[in-house]
Amino acid sequence: MTPNDRKYTKEHEWLLIEGNVAKIGITDHAQDALGDIVYVELPAVGDAVEAGASFAVVESVKAASEIYCAVSGKVVEINEALDGAPEEINNDPYGAFIAAVEFETLEGIELLTAEEYEAFVAEEN
Amino acid sequence: MDTLKKTPLYDVHIALGGKMVDFGGWALPVQYSSILEEHKAVRERCGLFDVSHMGELWVSGEGAFPYLQYMLTNDITTMTPGRCRYSMVCYEDGGTVDDVLVYKYSDTDYLVVVNASNTEKDFEWFAAHAIPTVQVENKSAEYAQLALQGPKFMQVLEAAGVEGAIPEKNYTFVPETKVAGIPCIVSRTGYTGEDGVELYCAAKDGPALHAALMEAGKCVNMLPCGLGARDTLRFEASMPLYGHEMDANVTPMETGISFAVKLNKEDFIGKEALLAPAKRIRIGLKLIDRGIAREHADVYLGEKRVGHVTSGSPAPTLGGNYAMALVDLEDSEAPVYEIEVRGRRLKAEKTAMPFYKRAK
Repeated sequence: MTPNDRKYTKEHEWLLIEGNVAKIGITDHAQDALGDIVYVELPAVGDAVEAGASFAVVESVKAASEIYCAVSGKVVEINEALDGAPEEINNDPYGAFIAAVEFETLEGIELLTAEEYEAFVAEEN
Repeated sequence: MDTLKKTPLYDVHIALGGKMVDFGGWALPVQYSSILEEHKAVRERCGLFDVSHMGELWVSGEGAFPYLQYMLTNDITTMTPGRCRYSMVCYEDGGTVDDVLVYKYSDTDYLVVVNASNTEKDFEWFAAHAIPTVQVENKSAEYAQLALQGPKFMQVLEAAGVEGAIPEKNYTFVPETKVAGIPCIVSRTGYTGEDGVELYCAAKDGPALHAALMEAGKCVNMLPCGLGARDTLRFEASMPLYGHEMDANVTPMETGISFAVKLNKEDFIGKEALLAPAKRIRIGLKLIDRGIAREHADVYLGEKRVGHVTSGSPAPTLGGNYAMALVDLEDSEAPVYEIEVRGRRLKAEKTAMPFYKRAK
């Protein structure tokens, strides 16, 4: 079940928003498509990020995948546990965030609800 | 998936939940459960692969032996019936047409097993060089081929039921043995770095043979394995893959498999070119810095670009990330190199190959 407490993007990221900070991770659909995740390249705390730009990389056995930040702002937290245990994203995609971004605004950012995301995934297949 | 070629086991892969991909025009599973789990199964127990996409060329006739001596880099003089030999096939300039496994039935009958991606090319190459006393036939479509690999493979075979012999020595084969009542060529060969066999049966028998082995495999918790694990297994064992460690622009000497090139043989296609000293060589690298280096990444010694990665991946059994790279010979003896990954230079130490060698 796709959690209702957060927003989603068409690049299969989720955003759990509290105030003006968004915790960002990837969806169950994404982790399943990637297969075993063996390495995560995290941004650094303090990094500036631009909406639509890649700000992290998740690597499976076979390939590297860019993770996009839907919002513009600054990285305020990273999930360092992923350094030693990248597979946590496979085990707990909605619990294992990648990074938290303090953002300026959500205006002009295309975010989907859980229902809209599920419909989008169904259509893609 | 409709325009892709299907092996006789396509429906089996779908039924087993295989994640299907386009592998050089073939629809095959990259994994069923998890590449890491499948890799581990082969190293510790047993895994079952569909390798039916490989090509089978038959070379027969009075001239078969001298013809193959000329076409292959390796010397097949000492082969007795029932032996398999690994060899390269080269162009005049020493570049590689393919790496192949030759099965000797007799001086006038050989089976040459070739890479799936090169089957048509190899057949045309062999046919173009055929002499009147030789017949070359492409019988790839007639066979299904399964690889049963891992330390417990024998238990699986016994559980499936064997009538006839299983080859005992590495690189030998038995022309016909029945496994689960199905006639197969059985060879003690493989591409994983583990002990095991490859089984060739009639295409129509492929699904039944696979089903019998899957059932028999329960006794050792065998897993069906896809292309992903096939690649991590061969990579960890530092086995070269055509299109990566060798191709039309890379000679077998550069790939570092000169054991399969007999320069003292009378003559063979590419001999002249291969007599000249190689200018590049394949080396093994283990990443020191965090990160994964992959195919095509540039390799540096200081500011000088000295080569590129031919294959790079995590090594699931060993832990850590490794790479094989083709570098200039004059720069091939350094202890540490740098590999460029997404704009960063990652340190990697030169490491002996094979990275992984199974315990005897």
